[in-house]
Amino acid sequence: MAPRAIAMLKDAALTALVTAALGIFIVGFRTIDVGSRTGLSFDYELTDLAVAVIVVFLGRLGLSLAAAGLRWPVIALGVVMVAAGVSPMKLPSGFLHWFVALGGALLVLRGIWPWADRAVAVASHTSGGRLVQEIGAKWLGWALLAVAVVLPFTPLADQKTMDLGVLILTYVMLGWGLNIVVGLAGLLDLGYVAFYAVGAYAYALLSTQHGLGFWAVLPLAGMLAATFGILLGFPVLRLRGDYLAIVTLGFGEIIRLVILNWVDFTNGPAGIGSIPGPTLFGAVFAETAPAGRQTVAEMLGIPFNSNHRLIFLYYVILVLALITNLFTQRMRRLPVGRAWEALREDETACKALGINPTNTKLTAFAVGAMFAGFAGSFFAAKQRFISPESFTFIESAIILAIVVLGGMGSQVGVVLAAVLLIGLPEWFRELGNYRMLAFGLAMVLIMVFRPRGLIGHREPSIRLHPVASAGSG
Amino acid sequence: MAAPLIEVEHLTMRFGGLVAVDDVSFIGRPREITAIIGPNGAGKTTVFNCITGFYRPTVGRLLLHGDRDYLLERMLGHEIGQRARVARTFQNIRLFPAMSVLENLLIAQHNKLMRASGYSIFGLLGLAGYKTAENAAVELASHWLKRIGLLADADRPAGELPYGAQRRLEIARAMCTEPRLLCLDEPAAGLNPRESAELNQLLVSIRDQDGVGVLLIEHDMSVVMNISNHVVVLDYGRKIAEGPPADIQRDPAVIRAYLGTDDSDSSPHQGQRSLNEGDGRA
Repeated sequence: MAPRAIAMLKDAALTALVTAALGIFIVGFRTIDVGSRTGLSFDYELTDLAVAVIVVFLGRLGLSLAAAGLRWPVIALGVVMVAAGVSPMKLPSGFLHWFVALGGALLVLRGIWPWADRAVAVASHTSGGRLVQEIGAKWLGWALLAVAVVLPFTPLADQKTMDLGVLILTYVMLGWGLNIVVGLAGLLDLGYVAFYAVGAYAYALLSTQHGLGFWAVLPLAGMLAATFGILLGFPVLRLRGDYLAIVTLGFGEIIRLVILNWVDFTNGPAGIGSIPGPTLFGAVFAETAPAGRQTVAEMLGIPFNSNHRLIFLYYVILVLALITNLFTQRMRRLPVGRAWEALREDETACKALGINPTNTKLTAFAVGAMFAGFAGSFFAAKQRFISPESFTFIESAIILAIVVLGGMGSQVGVVLAAVLLIGLPEWFRELGNYRMLAFGLAMVLIMVFRPRGLIGHREPSIRLHPVASAGSG
Repeated sequence: MAAPLIEVEHLTMRFGGLVAVDDVSFIGRPREITAIIGPNGAGKTTVFNCITGFYRPTVGRLLLHGDRDYLLERMLGHEIGQRARVARTFQNIRLFPAMSVLENLLIAQHNKLMRASGYSIFGLLGLAGYKTAENAAVELASHWLKRIGLLADADRPAGELPYGAQRRLEIARAMCTEPRLLCLDEPAAGLNPRESAELNQLLVSIRDQDGVGVLLIEHDMSVVMNISNHVVVLDYGRKIAEGPPADIQRDPAVIRAYLGTDDSDSSPHQGQRSLNEGDGRA
């Protein structure tokens, strides 16, 4: 036993040494600006370095212990580290607390991993487990819907929560729209935000310059975005995989650059302001109505409250998102939806079966783009100000991440991923710059533990035998 | 003898300097199995790819007699399946692995269902017409699942099926397109003798009951010699012999060029064995 323990300690010490050597320049020194005459100087941050070295030492030791099958010491070590991280111990920065606690949490996870692994394996590899997963996903979907519907009436519904709710639902809708293109049809689209921009600018321009209302523009914006989807679709029909991704990426950038530079039409980088919000049967959400209009508060005979507008927006986006979902679910059960999925699986086989890949791909692009157009109009109406900055590549990347992490093609998965990817960074704003680190960590963890996405199960669009007998098969 | 179903005339396919198929002509008839055999690299699959529109032939005419005459060499890949009703399977199985067995068979009936769903518009509205068409499609799919013995597996992902079942499913999927001509690219590859015998029965029933013309590429001589009505032999892209299986077995040119072996690893030009040997295995 003793030689092994010494070997473990040696190993951990070596790792700590490497950390110290690497970290001394990255963490140990900090350049500071001491004024214009002398320029830069530096400061020592050796406490930070020491903490890092200790955490790495303990972490490496813990991993060795776990590899040797000593589960409880690892868990104990992890718990001690978490406790140290959250204790009021004096450390130079808040981040170090997080660092220590996170290291400990990872060790605890590593300690319980063999059990969790076995449980997951049992759950996903038996037919009974699959049935549980199926029913679980369905049940989870209804539960999430119930929460979404009652949320504005709960005491939780302050302005911050409702804002976040609207934001998450917008991304859920975009995720569901992109899911048609990427998840069902398997066409990797990195420029999805372009259609979102088309929808947003369609509403912004038509409302501010032609006085059209939100509900009139909504279908127009959808159709316009769908047209752009087909326009993008034609040149990329013959492309697959990486090549398709690059061209769609370029398309997204082209739309953004056109918006940015066509100043006469779009007002360029200055953006478009004072876009009217959506109305409820012609009534506006404001304290005083413009001439000839009514406020919602007057129409309903209730006292004015600035939260009403937010709650209304929340329900508008909820309904729009649900329409997207219902439409997609319905399409999946129709021949065109099945052809989308078949195209994802094997395009050559599709051709041999007499399916026209051109039309099938174009419908997927058009339908996906249409929902982005709807979401874009909503975004413009909610923000009341849009500029090209809202439609950068990172938006496309986030929407794609939502689809991929949710599990390609899974509708409930998209909701979970949107809550995780949009909600968490908002809640973790206190972490400051490190929140993107947490974001990245969450993505890595999902990909490690659930490589096929949060919900990787695929329910057939039609069954010959009812579900009960499928469980035994 | 029935009128021809497909007439392949002077088919030539060149890839740059390589002549993969060189002036090949033959005829396939309805209710007959026409086998195309030949050593590896003889150009058999290239002939199939030309017939099914994956390649456009350099020279030649491919005439299919259906409700009217179709010139396949002028049609786009998917139109050949849709209008001329030529279905095919692939040497390396190409199912839709993540989709269920039943879904695979419904996708084969895509064009019929698309029309019934009013190009999705009636279907989205949930009109009854589409429901009836879908039920009929499921009925046809069940019929084929019964025939290939996979009815109980209808809701499983196709990719989970054992190899032999995937081969049968691919044939059933091709048959669900209700073809006039069925092109099978090595359907018996990787099957054990019992599965091979079952495949023979299935192909014979497709020929006799469904009245479909079959083009068959196959190395397994127990399949070729037992069920085909007509055999075309290719070597280095050229047709070297043609005739009923019994004649092909005695043809000196065929014996010289290529002899069916049941060992796939023996080099085709050295494995000098009698075709009767493979025949006896069935």
